[in-house]
Amino acid sequence: MDGEVTVLLGPSGAGKSTLLRTLNLLTQPSAGHIVTSAGQQLKSRRDIRFHRRDTAMIFQQHQLIGRLSALRNVLMARLGRHSVWSSLAGFSRAEKHLALESLSRVGLFDKALTRCDSLSGGQQQRVGIARALTQEPKLILADEPIASLDPASSDRVMKILRDVCREDRIPVIVSLHQLDFAKAYADRIIGLCDGDIVFDGPPSALDNAALSRIYGAPADTTN
Amino acid sequence: MTRLLTAQPALTNAEDVLAEDSKGRRKLLLQIAVVAAIVIVSLWMTGMLDRSRLTSGLPAIGILGTEMFPPDFGRWRDWVGPLVETLAMSIAGTALAVALSLPLGFLAARNTSPNKVIYQVSRVVLNTLRSIPELIMGIIFVAAVGFGMLPGVLALGLHSVGMVGKFFAEAIEHAHPAPIEATEASGATSMQVILHGVLPQVFPQFADVSMYRWEYNFRASTVMGMVGAGGIGTELVGSLRLLDYPQVSAVLLVILACVTVVDILSNMLRAKFR
Repeated sequence: MDGEVTVLLGPSGAGKSTLLRTLNLLTQPSAGHIVTSAGQQLKSRRDIRFHRRDTAMIFQQHQLIGRLSALRNVLMARLGRHSVWSSLAGFSRAEKHLALESLSRVGLFDKALTRCDSLSGGQQQRVGIARALTQEPKLILADEPIASLDPASSDRVMKILRDVCREDRIPVIVSLHQLDFAKAYADRIIGLCDGDIVFDGPPSALDNAALSRIYGAPADTTN
Repeated sequence: MTRLLTAQPALTNAEDVLAEDSKGRRKLLLQIAVVAAIVIVSLWMTGMLDRSRLTSGLPAIGILGTEMFPPDFGRWRDWVGPLVETLAMSIAGTALAVALSLPLGFLAARNTSPNKVIYQVSRVVLNTLRSIPELIMGIIFVAAVGFGMLPGVLALGLHSVGMVGKFFAEAIEHAHPAPIEATEASGATSMQVILHGVLPQVFPQFADVSMYRWEYNFRASTVMGMVGAGGIGTELVGSLRLLDYPQVSAVLLVILACVTVVDILSNMLRAKFR
C-alpha cells in the first residue's frame, strides 16, 4: 500500500464511489465495518473525525466554494486541526505557507488569490488536490478525479497524484473510468462489478478475460 | 471583491501573497465593522437600547396577555363566512398579481426585455407598486369601488405585483443561457424562446414565489379588514374596538391556524411544481 497507486475500475454502478466514500465513512457501510491500519474500528464521531483528518478526499466535481480564493479553499483542509473558534480566528502562518506550497506543487501558486469559480475545470481539480495535500494525510482517496477533464488536464492531474504518492509515500486510491489512464498510472488495479471484487493485480495482469469479468461482454467496454 | 481578487498582478513571493490575502481579510473585517456600527446606531436611535423603557413596558404586555386569556371562541359560527371571504380574497388577489407579473416580469428582465426603455419603465412600475403600502391602496380602492372584498382584492393584487414581478424578473435573469441559445438555434421566434426556452426553466421559482405570496396575502388580507375590505380582519378590528380581548385572542388563534394550513398547502403545491 505504501507509496502505491491503487486504481478502482468498474462500470457505472459497480460500487467504486461507494467503496471510496465508505473508506472515509461519508457513506455508512450497510454491513461490516472499516478497520484502520492501526487496527482501530471507528465507533464514535470523534474516531471518525480523526480518521477523516488523516484521509484526504478528492472529488469528481472538485467541491470547492466558488466565491472564495484558491488559497482560502485549500486552507479548509486544516479545519480538522482547529476548534470552531480558532478556525474563525484564522489560520497560522505555517498553515498558510503549507497551503501555498501545496498550490505551487500543483502549479497554481500564481492563482492563489483567484476566485475558484473563475478557474478552469482542470485548475479547479488541481486546487482540490492542493487541498488534499494541505491536509497532510496518511491516505488519499480520489473519486473519479478526471471524469470531467480533457485528456491533457487528465494527464496532468494523474501525474501529480502519482508524484505525490511516490515522493510523500502517501498511498492513493483512485477510481477511474478510463482504461488507458488506469494502465498508465496504476501500481495495482482492483476491478469491481456489482459490488464484488472480480480482479486484483498489477496492470500487466489485466488481460481480456479480466476485462470481461469487470465490464461484462467486450462490446460493453465502449460505453 | 470579485474584481479585486481576480485583477491581482502576478505575485511571485509567498510573503507578498500572504500579505495580499491578509489585506483582503482586513477589508472584510472592516466591512463587517461598518455594518455592525450602522446596526448599533439604528438600535440606539429607535430606543432598542433603552433598557428601562423596555423593562417598564413588560408588565403592560403581561396584563394585556392575561386579559386575552382564556380565548373566547363563543362566536365561532360568525367567523366561518369572513374566513371564507379572506381565503377568497387572498386567492383572487394572488391570481391578479401573478397574471400581471407574468408579462411585467419578462419586460423587467434584462435578458427578455425588448429594449432599455421598456425595461426601465417596467422597473419603475414595479418599484412604484411596491412602495405604496397595501393599506393605503386599500383605502384608495375602498373610496373608489366601495366597501367589501373587491377593494381588498385590488389592493392585495396590485401591491403584490411589485414584489412578485420583481422576483419573476430576477428568476428570468438567472435562467441558464445555454438552453435559451438551443431554442434560438432551432429558429424559434422570441416569443417561442420565452415560452419554450425560459418558462420551463423558471417555472419552479415562479411557483415558489406565487405560493409564498398567497400565504403572505392571506395574512395581509386580515389587515385589510381594518379599512373595510371585508374578511376576518373586520371581525378582528370589531373585537379590538370593543376591547373584547378574549375574543381578539380567539380570532388571532383562528388566523394562526388558517395561516398554518395555507402554509402546509402551499408547501405541498410547491413540491409538486419542482
